[in-house]
Amino acid sequence: MIGWIQLALFVGVLALLTKPVGLYLYRVLTPEARVGLEPVFGGLERMFYRVIKVDPKREQDWKVYAFSMLAFSLVGMLLTYLILRLQHLLPLNPQGFGPLSHHLAFNTAASFTTNTNWQSYGGESTMSYFSQMVGLTLHNFTSAAVGIAIAAALVRGISRASAKTIGNFWVDLIRVSLYVLLPISLVFAVFLVSQGMIQNFKPYETVQIVQDSSLDSTLASTQVIAQGPMASQVAIKMLGTNGGGFVNANAAHPYENPNPLSNFFQILSIFLIPAGLTYYLGRMVKSQGHGWAVWIAMAVMFVGGTLVAWNAESTGNPRLTVLGVEAADGNMEGKETRFGIFNSALFMTITTDASCGAVNSMHDSMTPLGGFVPLFNMEVGEVIFGGVGAGLYGMLLYVILAIFIAGLMVGRTPEYLGKKIGATEVKLAAIGILVPVISILGFTAWGVVSTWGTATLNNIGPHGLSEVLYAFSSATGNNGSAFAGLGTNVPWYNTLMAIAMLGGRFMVIVPVLAIAGQLASKKLVAEGAGSFPVSGVTFTVLLIGTVLIIGALTFLPVLALGPVLEHFLMIHSTQLF
Amino acid sequence: MKALVQELRPALLATLLLTVLLCGVYPLVVWGIAQTVFPSQANGSLITNATGTVIGSELIGQPFTDARYFHPRPSAAGNGYDGASSGGTNLGPLSQKLIDQVTQRVADYRALNGIPSNVAIPADAVTASASGLDPHISLANARLQAPRVAQARNISTDRVLRFIEGATDGRSLEFLANQG
Repeated sequence: MIGWIQLALFVGVLALLTKPVGLYLYRVLTPEARVGLEPVFGGLERMFYRVIKVDPKREQDWKVYAFSMLAFSLVGMLLTYLILRLQHLLPLNPQGFGPLSHHLAFNTAASFTTNTNWQSYGGESTMSYFSQMVGLTLHNFTSAAVGIAIAAALVRGISRASAKTIGNFWVDLIRVSLYVLLPISLVFAVFLVSQGMIQNFKPYETVQIVQDSSLDSTLASTQVIAQGPMASQVAIKMLGTNGGGFVNANAAHPYENPNPLSNFFQILSIFLIPAGLTYYLGRMVKSQGHGWAVWIAMAVMFVGGTLVAWNAESTGNPRLTVLGVEAADGNMEGKETRFGIFNSALFMTITTDASCGAVNSMHDSMTPLGGFVPLFNMEVGEVIFGGVGAGLYGMLLYVILAIFIAGLMVGRTPEYLGKKIGATEVKLAAIGILVPVISILGFTAWGVVSTWGTATLNNIGPHGLSEVLYAFSSATGNNGSAFAGLGTNVPWYNTLMAIAMLGGRFMVIVPVLAIAGQLASKKLVAEGAGSFPVSGVTFTVLLIGTVLIIGALTFLPVLALGPVLEHFLMIHSTQLF
Repeated sequence: MKALVQELRPALLATLLLTVLLCGVYPLVVWGIAQTVFPSQANGSLITNATGTVIGSELIGQPFTDARYFHPRPSAAGNGYDGASSGGTNLGPLSQKLIDQVTQRVADYRALNGIPSNVAIPADAVTASASGLDPHISLANARLQAPRVAQARNISTDRVLRFIEGATDGRSLEFLANQG
């Protein structure tokens, strides 16, 4: 019962925040508009333009926009690679951590640049405070700003007609960073500290444990507790749907997520901007109904996924029940007592609906159907609210496809908001959807038949397949959560997953920008009786259907061999692995 | 390619400026506010005993094995409750290792607390947490341990049970609040 109330509360608060956040984003992403924070950040904004020598009034066509984005991502990735390789020479390293190996540094730099935040390492045993605060936090901000910028560019392309340009990348990047991500993170970080999250630069704390060491000599008499500038990083980690944990246990760690209240705001912050962007879409195309139709399609799939995961986890693991474990407690392996079953299932669903990837429970220890939900969420492309920006532009690819399919069904040229959708747009959308599919299935297939792929499995049998599938789904989808038993800090995994992350990011973004350019240049055609409505129930159902059918047709075979098989083995056999 | 090279200059400068602001000024401002307004939380919610020794954090679980204490959840952090190596077992539901571990823990828990075989064991008592540092145990788990703690401390079970009610934190029990 308490779960239902919390779910209703979450959806309700998200719905209420969608419009104000969307309007705010509209003002930030419309450079002529006044945001309200100019007295604080306006001078800084103008100074940025002066230093980087960018005329904020000059817009770019889609190709220049793409080049700016690629150059910026490249520079940031190299910087992080260098910081990680030279960690031992840099300041703020009280634990004296050494440099990262070349493959781990490459993986991590690609991971944070692409908003993935896959971590082949444990934060508190690998990263200096400098690496965390500069090397990684930089991307937590900028990869989020890039995602939002790309979504805005696409929406501008949709809303403009006979236009050559789709905005200025540098202006979008700087305005989003200054007016959206920085101020919200600042307030959020302070709130998180008030709840118990740490923010300091001292060495790890060594404490005397409470139980007298003479009572049990097998226990160490002290406990070393990791410290660091955590709150400033975690705020943007959640708000920017990055997900990279400051410490290994991520948002399951008591410092990184101290209580149910911090948990609620962390999951809310994941969906905050993605939900607001649907309102921004409606506002820009002057059809708020369209924005809400997309919102509702996302919300339906979100609630559906949550209910499946919640039900599977509350039902628990029958193999433990027969050992005398309380069945009503559900599957508590890999979960924290303060969150319990519902908040763990909810967090898992949200973090994979979006491309966040933070975890407050260990997904590897979920029941088979519980683990099915995040896998499926990532495989459909994280378009259920989705990553900041990435969720909206991913979903708009599905919108184009849905309209194309609807056009085929009624035998008309598909139209989207007054523009004819031609072969070019559909081909580009198909590239954006198919490249990730090829990456996920191709790399997984390669992994499971190779020694490098199976040598570091933590579980074997169908769960082992799920571990590899999860890793490449997470990397390609730029999610970053893991079936974390799989040991990926080896050259093969680090390198191939970095390639999957880069492909999953840029091989989608570039087609998206090309579509933006295409659509911007099109002429408007008058809306006729044959135009397909892009708001209302029919459209929402069609959109959900397109996402689910494409996802299901593509991935059900491999999911049948992984979590589905494991589920039936769990309830109908006594087989163990 | 030339177009890409042209963009490298603004990319470098933008990266530099954003790094100073977002990775320098921003975390330091948060640090300043945190250390001024919430110094205890910002420094790890540490607990100090009467002689001034730091004996733990309010938020981080510790290993307890003696009968006089409530026992925490099984931990996969390092060798157990390693505060510098958080994490779970990551064992799947059909893992032989998981089943072996839970079988052993159920037997140990029954023996230690004198729980008959017709009473189910609370799941949190025999499964590892996600962080390995979970500071809480469930109310059911605490109540089953109460008679043993009472006996070891030579006090009445009622008193321990009343203490549990007082230390209940929302829907779960603040484990470290049970230090003797």
